[in-house]
Amino acid sequence: MLSAGFLRRPLVRHLVIAVVLVVVLFLVTGILSSYNNFQIALIASYVIAVAGLSLLTGLNGQISLGHGAFMAVGAYTTALLETHQHWPLALVLALSAVTAAAAGLVTGLGAARLRGPYLAGATLALAVGLPELTIKFTSTLGGESGLPVNPPPPVSFLGASFDPNRYLAWVSILCVAVTLVLLANLVTSRFGRDFRAVRDDEIAASLSGIRVAGNQVLAFVVSAACAGLGGAIYALATGIVNPAGFTLVLSIAILTGTVIGGLGTLAGAVWGGILLVYLPRWSESLSNGFKLNKVVSSNLSLGLYGVVLIVVILAFPAGLQGGVRQAGRALRSRFMSGPGSSGSTGAAAPAGVSTPVASGGGGETS
Amino acid sequence: MLKVTEATVRFGGLTALDSVSLSVDAGEVLGVIGPNGAGKTTLFNVICGFVRPNSGTIEMDGRRLARIRPHQLAGLGVARTLQGVGLWPGLTVLENVMVGLRHQARAGLVSALLGLPRSDRSEVDLRASALEAMERLGITDVAGRPATSLPYGIQKRVSLARALAGSPRLLLLDEPASGLSSAEMTEMGEIITGLAQDMAVMLVEHHMDLVMSVCHRITVLDFGRVIAAGSPAEVRDNPSVTAAYLGNAVDAPGASA
Repeated sequence: MLSAGFLRRPLVRHLVIAVVLVVVLFLVTGILSSYNNFQIALIASYVIAVAGLSLLTGLNGQISLGHGAFMAVGAYTTALLETHQHWPLALVLALSAVTAAAAGLVTGLGAARLRGPYLAGATLALAVGLPELTIKFTSTLGGESGLPVNPPPPVSFLGASFDPNRYLAWVSILCVAVTLVLLANLVTSRFGRDFRAVRDDEIAASLSGIRVAGNQVLAFVVSAACAGLGGAIYALATGIVNPAGFTLVLSIAILTGTVIGGLGTLAGAVWGGILLVYLPRWSESLSNGFKLNKVVSSNLSLGLYGVVLIVVILAFPAGLQGGVRQAGRALRSRFMSGPGSSGSTGAAAPAGVSTPVASGGGGETS
Repeated sequence: MLKVTEATVRFGGLTALDSVSLSVDAGEVLGVIGPNGAGKTTLFNVICGFVRPNSGTIEMDGRRLARIRPHQLAGLGVARTLQGVGLWPGLTVLENVMVGLRHQARAGLVSALLGLPRSDRSEVDLRASALEAMERLGITDVAGRPATSLPYGIQKRVSLARALAGSPRLLLLDEPASGLSSAEMTEMGEIITGLAQDMAVMLVEHHMDLVMSVCHRITVLDFGRVIAAGSPAEVRDNPSVTAAYLGNAVDAPGASA
C-alpha cells in the first residue's frame, strides 16, 4: 500500500523515469562516436527549447516566433560567463536560464496584451531584432563574428583523456532530464491546469480567480528560461555564438519541432528535438545521393524536408507523440480486448482520445 | 449581502443600465428578467468587474467594491456561471471543477516545480473537494471525461459544479436553463432551490416557469431600467411587465398602464 502511494506521487514517477533514461543514455554515450555525442548535445539543446515552447503554445495557447532570440540570450550569457569569467558550469547554465527568463518576463508583459497574429508578429520582431543587438555592441558581444565558447573541460576525476564531446553529452542529457522533470511537475500541478484553462477560455478562467495576464506572463517566463538553457547548451556544443546562429530560421525550426513532435506534450519535445537535428541531415544526404547538379540537390533537400513535415502532420495531426499514443492504444486494445471486454474499452476510449493535452506530457517525462 | 445602488452604464450613446438598484441576501433567490437587450448580462458584468459603471456603487457585505477585477471575485465568495457553459474543452470534468477550487490551493510555484509533498497534498485535497461538489450534482461518474464531450445538460451541471466548488456565498447564474429539456429544467429548479439554503443566488433566465417557481423576488429590466420589482406574483400581475414583454394591447386602448 505504502509503496503504491509513494509511486503515485508525480515527482517520484517523473524522477524514476528520468533516472532510468539518464543512466541508459550515459551508458550509450560510451559506445557512440565523438561526433554522435556532439549530436546528442545538439538534440538536447533543441529538446529543452522545444519543451519550453510546447508549454507556452500547447498548454497556454500563446504563440511565439521569437524563441530563437531567447536561445540567443542564453547562449551569449554562457559565452560571456563561461569563457571570460570561468565560473562553474552549473552556475553558468543556471544564469543563462535566468537571463533568458528575464527577457521572457519583459516580452511576456507585452505579450499578455496581444493575441493570435499580433502576438506572432511581435515575437517575430523579437527574433529578427534581438540578434542585431550583438552588432550594436560589438566590443562586448563580438559583432558579426561572435564570441568563442570554450567547451566545458570534463571534471578531473574522469581523467585527462576523457572525450570532451562525451562529457558535453552527459551534461546536456542531465540538463534535459532536470528540465523535463521540472516541467512535468509543473504541468501536472495546479499551474498546468491554470495554463490550460487560460488557453481554452480566458473569461471563464478569470471568473475562477485566475489572473489571466499573470498566468500568461508566468508561462512566458518558464518557456523563455527553457529556451535560454537550450541556447546555453547550443553554445557549448557549437563552440561559438554569433548572430548567424540565431536567425528567424531557428525560431521557426523550434516551432516546427514543437508542432511535429506533439504540441503540449513533453515527450513530443524529444521527438521534435531529434527531428530538428536528423531530418535536415537526412534529406541533404538523400538528395546528394541522386548525383544531381548542386543547385537542384540543395533545393531538393529543402523540398524533402518540407514533404516529410507535411506527411507527418497529415498522418499524425497531433504530432509524432500523438501517433505514438495512438499506436499504444491500438496495441493495448488489440491485446486486451477479449470478447467480453470490448464494451469497456469502447467506453474508455473517448476519454483518452480527446485528451492528448489534458493528460498532457505530465505522465511522460522523457 | 450584495447591494447595487443606482448603477448606470453607457456604451457610447446607448444607456445599457440606467440607475439600477437591487439587493440580494443569503438564503434568497433573486430573479433578473427582461426582454433581450434589457441589460441583464451587463448587470452581471458590472457586478463581476468586466464592465465599470459610469456611476453608482456595488457593495458586498457593506464594503464598496470599487475597481473590482474579475479574478478577485472568487476570493470574495462570488461565483458566476456563464451563458452557454464556458467549460474548458482541454480539461477533464474533474480538472474543470478543480480549477474552480483554486483559491483553496496552498502550493506555490516552487513546490509545484519541485513536486514537493506540499504540492501533492494540496492536489489530493483539491481533488477530494472537487469530487464532493461533483457528487452533489451527480456527475462523479464522468470525472475523467473531457468536459465538452458530454451532453449539454451534463455540461451545465459541470459548470455549476465548478462555480459551487469554491463554496461561494453569492452565486450568479446566467441562463442556467437555456438549452435544457423540460425534465432537466425541473431538476435545475430543484438544484437552485436547494442552493439557496446556503447562499444568495442571482438568476438571469428567460424561462418564466423556472423563474416563477424558484425566485423569491424578481427584478424586471427593460431598456436598462428597473420597471418592476417584487414577489413573483406581484411581477406577474404588473401591467408594465406584460407590456415590456408582449407590447401594449392594440385593440383595447386604455387597457394598459
